[in-house]
Amino acid sequence: MTMTPTSPAGSTGSAGSTASPDKLLAPVLSATWDQPESWSLRTYRDHGGYAGLRTALAMAPDDVIAYVKESGLRGRGGAGFPTGMKWQFIPQGDSKPHYLVVNADESEPGTCKDIPLLYANPHALIEGIVIACHAIRSGHAFIYLRGEVVPVLRRLHAAVAEAYEAGYLGKDALGPGKDLQLTVHAGAGAYICGEETALLDSLEGRRGQPRLRPPFPAVAGLYACPTVVNNVESIASVPAVLARGKEWFRSMGSEKSPGFTLYSLSGHVARPGQYEGPLGITLRELLDLSGGIRPGHRLKFWTPGGSSTPLLTDEHLDVPLDYEGMMGAGSMLGTKALQIFDETTCVVRAVTRWTEFYAHESCGKCTPCREGTYWLVQLMRDIEAGKGLMADLDKLADIADNINGKSFCALGDGAASPIFSSLKYFRDEYEQHITGRGCPFDPAKSTVWADRPAGKSTAEVNA
Amino acid sequence: MSQPENILADAAAATSGSTSAAVTERVALGMPELPAPPFPAETLTRLERDAAEIIGRYPHSRSALLPLLHLVQSEEGFVSRTGMQFCADRLGLTLAEVTAVATFYSMYRRRPGGEYHVGVCTNTLCAVMGGDAIFEALQQHLGIGNGETTADGKVTLEHIECNAACDYAPVIMVNWEFFDDQTIESARQLVDDLIAGRGATPTRGAPLCGFKATSRILAGFPDRREGALEAGGSGGHASLIGLRLAKGETGPERITARPAEPAPRDVPVYPPDQAPAGHPSSHDAPQPSAGSDPDHPAGPVSEERE
Repeated sequence: MTMTPTSPAGSTGSAGSTASPDKLLAPVLSATWDQPESWSLRTYRDHGGYAGLRTALAMAPDDVIAYVKESGLRGRGGAGFPTGMKWQFIPQGDSKPHYLVVNADESEPGTCKDIPLLYANPHALIEGIVIACHAIRSGHAFIYLRGEVVPVLRRLHAAVAEAYEAGYLGKDALGPGKDLQLTVHAGAGAYICGEETALLDSLEGRRGQPRLRPPFPAVAGLYACPTVVNNVESIASVPAVLARGKEWFRSMGSEKSPGFTLYSLSGHVARPGQYEGPLGITLRELLDLSGGIRPGHRLKFWTPGGSSTPLLTDEHLDVPLDYEGMMGAGSMLGTKALQIFDETTCVVRAVTRWTEFYAHESCGKCTPCREGTYWLVQLMRDIEAGKGLMADLDKLADIADNINGKSFCALGDGAASPIFSSLKYFRDEYEQHITGRGCPFDPAKSTVWADRPAGKSTAEVNA
Repeated sequence: MSQPENILADAAAATSGSTSAAVTERVALGMPELPAPPFPAETLTRLERDAAEIIGRYPHSRSALLPLLHLVQSEEGFVSRTGMQFCADRLGLTLAEVTAVATFYSMYRRRPGGEYHVGVCTNTLCAVMGGDAIFEALQQHLGIGNGETTADGKVTLEHIECNAACDYAPVIMVNWEFFDDQTIESARQLVDDLIAGRGATPTRGAPLCGFKATSRILAGFPDRREGALEAGGSGGHASLIGLRLAKGETGPERITARPAEPAPRDVPVYPPDQAPAGHPSSHDAPQPSAGSDPDHPAGPVSEERE
């Protein structure tokens, strides 16, 4: 794919020291989302699609792996593991089949990048899949899409059929005698299946429960064969790297976090949505160019990459939104799901709801997570309802500590994150709930319609 | 919450044609359950053909279990014992193995439900942005609680977890199609339209089909309806916002609250002594304490329903 970043169309006249949006943003994957029938093969090819694949197929598989590794592309699903290195771990010359499994189970609260990407531009993923399968010598790839997004499934079905017809998939797709099959698989509603080993169990027709590692999927993954599991955005970014070059890719972002990415802004902001730009942009820059917090309000807390990443406050507005920057601030880049909450939001309410989510989605396999999330919910509900005790705050932290790092997979760590971080920054708000015997916030004030003039419809607001 | 008379909490009674759930209820203690009746011969032949196609997509047959469960759900509107036995037979699994999987995933209905599954996102972001208020309003409007179905069998209401559309919050999913940027009024209108048979157009996605037809797409059979693929257009308005800014098509809006300014500590809306009676965000109120832990007011709650 050679989709050029959309060329700047003049300054947008943003004020003061703020750089203009065309300098801060760099749409690549999202560059064609406004085109007619952006999901179709025709539109994709009209904008240079499948050029990266031609480049890749002319290279030896190992060279493709090396090239992607040198580009510095890191996993966009949360952990940030270098994509090329993941591919390199696949043993070569073994007699087993190799598999590529794309994790399209996007379910992390706040995360909303892969779904719009697949809805508007599914061929970017398919092209990336073909390139990746060439590199890791795989003849069968799977897209594990969460089930709850039928519009996306519909377009994936259509795009895969188009790609078969065009010969990008199917017989001899990777060269003479090298066929490639791609199966779209719809999940059935389980957050845990976003965890790569749980996803593999689910894809094998089992309950989605994580596996003990090692062995890692690269050695024994799907059907106990060498398997690469990559996030949608990671794979979809590969064609652009091949088509435009690793130097171009590295010209964006930082040394350790190079490239472009999708930032998803949601919550109490003037203009929620997808903002694609180089890694390392700051939240302040994003807010400045997008219109800021919703009128008349100010930032209270936010998550950098979904609910599993420790929440941050307005102290962290100038920290680069890249892997190292967020780690340095005591959080994680995660999925770049920037959920923004203003001063009308009760942090206890927010954390209670997240905790209920983790308890609901805990698969039950390991004790710290299954029992711990359960008890966290009991304590959080009581505190929110004004029935908590001061000692509960330490108990919360203690339980979270007994989950964090002690459970089978990262779901447990994710459950502990909002507890730790909210206690760190907003302990006094917890105490207010306890001493005041109730929640001091009015939930009506944080709704999206709270500040709207009466009678104004959603359509007008979003026009 | 109140239960108006015209509503059946047990949706099994609301839908005819599927009896196994009701049979289960009547089994006396100690009596082993009778095997589920098979599908009628004609249905079976058709489903076997579909199942063979699904199984053919995978190197190992068991991988077909999730799509097969979607398939039997597309036949009956829920996953019955008959459906599970069918999956077991096709894949050479035991009924217990299939049941273990079917009960793990939240999209498989374990009893009959409505033609339209209305899911209101009440995960934190949507909840805060209005999802809680919408869910509450719909429960009152329809006179049903979470997981229940209207007496006419049209709508099953459920609160759902994050559906990856946070930039369109608050979000409602109907048969897993997106209804973005909802308000209490738009949500009421939506369910009224569904119940009245007027249909509804998703914000992003194709015109609604029934729950069973949706399940068939999920089983991996593409939606062949004319115009379904094109409906909804390219990227949605929020998805395009960054792109339009980058192209200079829209300038930044007024920046009203500069986040740069140091914020004073948050002042609660109510002083502590005038706090409202309480509005626990939880979907279920806290349960009574455990007798075994009288020093602590928190206690175990009963298992979630289902």
